[in-house]
Amino acid sequence: MIDRRSLLTHGAMLSGALFAPQIAWAAVPTERRLVFVIQRGAADGLATLAPTGDPAYAGLRGELANIGGGTKLDGMFTLHPALTQLAGRYLAGEALFVHATASPYRDRSHFDGQNVLETGGKLPYDRDDGWMNRLIGLLPGGAAKALALAPAIPTALRGAASVSSYAPTNLPDASAEYLQRIGRLYAGDPQLHALWSEAVQTRAMAENLVEDGGRGAAASGKMAASLMTGPAGARLVMIESNGWDTHAGQRGRLANQLIGLDALLAALHDGLGTAWADTLVIVATEFGRTAAVNGTGGTDHGTGGMAFMLGGTVKGGRVLADWPGLSQSALYEGRDLRPTTPLDSVLSGAIAGHFGLDPVRAARTLFPGGAGRPLEGLIRT
Amino acid sequence: MRESSVALNRFGLGGRRGDVPPPEPKRWLLDQFGRFDPSPPAIRELPGSPALVTMFREARDNQREAKRQAEAADAKPDIAPELRPYRTLRDAYGQAAAVRTNLALTAPAPFVERLVHFWANHFAVSTDKLVTLGLAGAFEFEAIRPNVLGKFADLLLAVERHPAMLLYLDQAQSVGPDSMLGQIAARRGNKRGLNENLAREILELHTLGVRSGYGQQDVTELARALTGWSVGGLAQQPMLRGPGPGYWFAAPIHQPGERKVLGTRYEQAGEAQGEAILRDLAAHPATARHIATKLARHFGGDEPPLALVSRLEQAFLTSGGDLPTIYRTLIEAPEVWTGPPKFRTPWDWTLAALRAVGTESLPALMNANAFNQLGQPVWRPGSPAGWDDTAPSWAGPDALYRRVEVAERIASRAGPIDARALAEQLFPGSLADGTRKAIAGAESPVQALALLLASPEMMRR
Repeated sequence: MIDRRSLLTHGAMLSGALFAPQIAWAAVPTERRLVFVIQRGAADGLATLAPTGDPAYAGLRGELANIGGGTKLDGMFTLHPALTQLAGRYLAGEALFVHATASPYRDRSHFDGQNVLETGGKLPYDRDDGWMNRLIGLLPGGAAKALALAPAIPTALRGAASVSSYAPTNLPDASAEYLQRIGRLYAGDPQLHALWSEAVQTRAMAENLVEDGGRGAAASGKMAASLMTGPAGARLVMIESNGWDTHAGQRGRLANQLIGLDALLAALHDGLGTAWADTLVIVATEFGRTAAVNGTGGTDHGTGGMAFMLGGTVKGGRVLADWPGLSQSALYEGRDLRPTTPLDSVLSGAIAGHFGLDPVRAARTLFPGGAGRPLEGLIRT
Repeated sequence: MRESSVALNRFGLGGRRGDVPPPEPKRWLLDQFGRFDPSPPAIRELPGSPALVTMFREARDNQREAKRQAEAADAKPDIAPELRPYRTLRDAYGQAAAVRTNLALTAPAPFVERLVHFWANHFAVSTDKLVTLGLAGAFEFEAIRPNVLGKFADLLLAVERHPAMLLYLDQAQSVGPDSMLGQIAARRGNKRGLNENLAREILELHTLGVRSGYGQQDVTELARALTGWSVGGLAQQPMLRGPGPGYWFAAPIHQPGERKVLGTRYEQAGEAQGEAILRDLAAHPATARHIATKLARHFGGDEPPLALVSRLEQAFLTSGGDLPTIYRTLIEAPEVWTGPPKFRTPWDWTLAALRAVGTESLPALMNANAFNQLGQPVWRPGSPAGWDDTAPSWAGPDALYRRVEVAERIASRAGPIDARALAEQLFPGSLADGTRKAIAGAESPVQALALLLASPEMMRR
């Protein structure tokens, strides 16, 4: 673990050391920055970027079909109204959405799905290291500083290259969500249920547990930006975002999640300042959610989902989708959005373009379990 | 398979990540008697009680000197610099407490480690007394561990002779009024006399049990017999300094004469008298009943099953207080294998959670903080009665909330673990469907692990 102070100290030492001959001619580390935001819990791509132009959409989604306005990006897709600042980046040509995408994983377990997304393998747990860690080895100088905004190093960053982690006090975490699940877990246990109800009531009285309107998430984005600036700042950063598993009451919960995410991304943009021009932010989740609303105003684990990227290097203002449609026959296994674009092709293509790497080599190294067809043209050249 | 879950959790300290559940649970428990190491390297590296007694004396002398200087300079007495000398003892305490935890996380005989904790709590010393602070660890390591698989009488004698106990319950400075030193003091007009603190707790807590038929006269007589059981290396009078730091029978303060305890006469002279009384107390039927009840409560449920109590009592009496014989009776007892689960104490729950994720050691500071926050600081029960062993003392709303929070913290630092597989390994054949589903439905591996660590199964043993 490092803290911000030690990072700043290292930064000062490094800039002083630039005058030392032994490293004066060492390979200059890249100025390019990558932020990978993982949405743990399977974020609902069909609500975040709603295919309002698909004739089957309203019928499938029922009470969830009306996302409450939003920004129409084209004839097919509407961006969720909570993502106001992200909409601004889209209009500025700096945000790109990819719909109906998925990793090679086809079952519906969160852990297994996240493992495939993070390791870049074909099957869960067939690799121990993560694609972000392997990316370090591909970068000029091979010494880019990598950092996880999390208490422990997540799988995507694990591996041979050394990585730091830092847990800010206000990570937009799932604590509230976790506590709700604890409540459900104890519901069938009379002793624990009674204790838990009392504890929760006491806490609620002690501290007014109001939604913070994204301030915690904004603080995380600002923190991440500050850790990425300066010559010794981190070049690869992973941010974990929890709480996307919206099986019930999705409308309000997802809106809150998106408010937080929007605030986080805006804070990153603002905090990076001129470095934003050299930054690529990728936001992805392990899989999508069911096309239809379920019986509790939510959605269940699905397959195809939505990923997006933003940043100064992104050739944005577009939605990429080989749209499969939402008719019953078009759905994957009769229930999920059918994935038509391999997520690994999106990631390897964007990363290769952003860092100037050979796309095929990048795809093979980062996502050996993937399709091996990096998408080109995602990054400005 | 349910049996192996009982063996791991109720008898042991909880399953450890990566360990195979014991296929023959009873065999696994019995074999631990041979595997237990009373004095592993981590303990041998710690200062023993002679060094700790010396450390305490130096701290005390430094404190007195600081106080004397402050008074001489007519300065306002300042508490902080006077207490500073005790920092060495606080450090020693932290190190020893960490060793205790780390042994519990890794030792090959978790059932016997649990028994060590049980006896250390039965014969509790508490570090809220400065004199006990440094010595509490040595007490468990030197008096309890070497005797946990021996005879109850030997355990009792080792405990009552240990400097930690003698100082904690004020025995070390108890002076027989008719002893050589008692008479000298009386002639000089100094009041020095009996302190019956330890004698009373021996009868009430360590052996017979409260309201088991002894009276004040028995307490006083035992206190007289025990005069002279003291600690060398501390006193300022040369006559009481003893041969060195540690247990010392100080003949000059022993009350001479015959004693009568529970109707039995003890004509022995000197140290042998107290030893004879303690050996009789150790073999007394009330002691057998008392110990049997406490063990039955610890393993068989908050309401100890009467049939189990009486079988343990018989095992105690017929074996002459042979502890492994009593433990075997526990292992054979159907009440333990099928009884209602015990609510885990903070100590038990924390160990179980850390073992579950495969933690092998905890830094001293983190160790101290964890148990303080959860309400059960190591070796600080606050009274010679030790920590209570029933659910109402531990199953409180805020206590539960804190565990749930700590569970998330432990899970977030544990690294990649598949909680689904781990749950089946920790609770073989005993995992509730609701827990299994909650874990499988969690939105991330960390959340799944946190739910497992906070699950109803984990809260109990």
